[in-house]
Amino acid sequence: MSDFETVAATENQAARRGPSGEPGTPNQVGAANKPRSLAGDAWRDLRRNPIFWISLALVVIFTLMALLPGVFTANNPNDCLLSRQHAGPSGGAIFGYDFQGCDTYSRAVYGTRASLLVGALAALGTGIIALVIGMLAGYFGSWVDAVLSRVIDVVLGIPLLLAAIVLLKRVSSDSQWARIGAVVFVLALLGWTTAARVVRSSVITAKEQDYVAAARMLGAGNSRIMWRHILPNSLAPAIVVLTIALGSFIAAEATLSFLGIGLKAPTISWGQDIDTGRIHMREAATPLIVPSAFLALTVLAFIMLGDAIRDAFDPKLR
Amino acid sequence: MFRYILRRLLQMVLAFFGTTLIVYALTFAGQGDPIQALAGERPVTPAQRAYLTEKYHLDATGVGGFFYRYFDYVKNLLQGNLGESLTGRNIGDILQQAWPVTVRLALIALAVAIIFGVTAGVLAGIRRASIFDNSTLVLTLLVLGIPTIVLAPLAQYFLGVKWQLFPPTAGSDPTFYALLLPGIVLGSLSLATALRLTRASVAENLRADYVRTARSKGLVKRRIVVVHVLRNSLIPVVTFLGVELGNLMSGAIITEGVFNIPGVGFNLFRGIRTEDGPLVVGIVSVLVVVYLVSNLVVDVLYAVLDPRIRYE
Repeated sequence: MSDFETVAATENQAARRGPSGEPGTPNQVGAANKPRSLAGDAWRDLRRNPIFWISLALVVIFTLMALLPGVFTANNPNDCLLSRQHAGPSGGAIFGYDFQGCDTYSRAVYGTRASLLVGALAALGTGIIALVIGMLAGYFGSWVDAVLSRVIDVVLGIPLLLAAIVLLKRVSSDSQWARIGAVVFVLALLGWTTAARVVRSSVITAKEQDYVAAARMLGAGNSRIMWRHILPNSLAPAIVVLTIALGSFIAAEATLSFLGIGLKAPTISWGQDIDTGRIHMREAATPLIVPSAFLALTVLAFIMLGDAIRDAFDPKLR
Repeated sequence: MFRYILRRLLQMVLAFFGTTLIVYALTFAGQGDPIQALAGERPVTPAQRAYLTEKYHLDATGVGGFFYRYFDYVKNLLQGNLGESLTGRNIGDILQQAWPVTVRLALIALAVAIIFGVTAGVLAGIRRASIFDNSTLVLTLLVLGIPTIVLAPLAQYFLGVKWQLFPPTAGSDPTFYALLLPGIVLGSLSLATALRLTRASVAENLRADYVRTARSKGLVKRRIVVVHVLRNSLIPVVTFLGVELGNLMSGAIITEGVFNIPGVGFNLFRGIRTEDGPLVVGIVSVLVVVYLVSNLVVDVLYAVLDPRIRYE
């Protein structure tokens, strides 16, 4: 980033010339005579991909919704009156009221927080386990790799939903944070394998590079090489996999809550609301459709974002 | 080849013991008083207590006692002796009634995946980067991204309740027509994956040398696609669909629960709702075995069918 200032200057000129507010990166603005990097190529691809922009916008919107739900709705999701059961839209409740007489839209907005929190924490936990296991297996090779790879095989052979049912049935606490923690723990415990394989293979590629040999020649120890040289270079593929995993963790959390073993009231979660809406679908459909749409859009946004980035970074597809 | 099968078998045995140990440790061990749990609220006489303690070796404490009881559980599981649910029904009987329905549903889902997924995949693979190809890619991404708990109730609402094209629920003795919509919902995920797999495989094989040879011999395109490309492209698809059959049978919890289909998944769904511990554990144990065995069969089948797999 040594030429960041000049790049910023050209960007400013470009911004003054045209009204298009499209963000540029140092990699391709004013860098016509420099060889483009892989990231630069990927960015050029991504910029022209409408799916990338749509999913990014959705991710930003849902993140804001999770942080500041009050901005998106003025109604309290727990302000429920049975007299309003399945009533039509009124007073800010644009999608009407559900079986308990709560504002359907407001509940969907406030449900974002639990879903995104579980998804993000599970992805974080997965990332940490995957990095440690993948790094050890890839870097040390030989018997360490053999043992850890077999562990990955075995965990990969465990069906996620069935194992989660058994694990979560043991959690009897109904406290809000205990249940969130339990769901995150279960998802991270069962979901790290794919990411660990990705980290392992990228570490194996990275450790054969010249800069690693150079660092070792300069006397760097194993931990320094792993931490300072290999980790930064094998992080990108793992992050892409984790973005996709975040989407599927949100779907898994909703499925568990739907079954009644994930998050429970007073935590507002889409899975539970979909279940309640499903049971009363003959009386009113919006309490089913609204949380379903929120859940589907969130999951899709993360999966499509990860998919778009992965495609852009995969040189084989060019 | 032999070594590969052996290694795969060992892996499965490890996964089997690993999962059953987790299932066992979490559900049976470490509970306050198993005998009282068995009796519920009723008082237990000292004679009954002594009998049950003797029968299940509950007096053996420590690691030895734990593993003794664990192997007892595994032995019962392998012999198909799953005990009774809290409602007093034999779990083996419940499963015996439920399996045929679940298998029928899984076969319908598989047929949907083959008929639509493979056909569309071949077309998309031949016409790569066409409008058809791009739209199927986006559509499959949508299907892959939308969770079953959204897809199943919405399909039930729109196609079953609102437009009344299909029966919304199946009931105790489901007809083929009643199972069709749940089958499509259940199969949609496999459909999308089969489509992508077929597309990638066909597109790759179309660039192969033997296709160029066939073309230079002057063969018509139809013959090249049907005889040369399809045969080689369908190997990964066939094995994928094999794995899916196992997945579909063990993964129909939501679909069967939503559409009220009295299969294995439905019983698990109900067991979770009614907090019927023995029923849940019995069904999960059996489903885990089904899942592991089907994965093993397919891995071996894959190695037999595709000589490019290395049998290390």
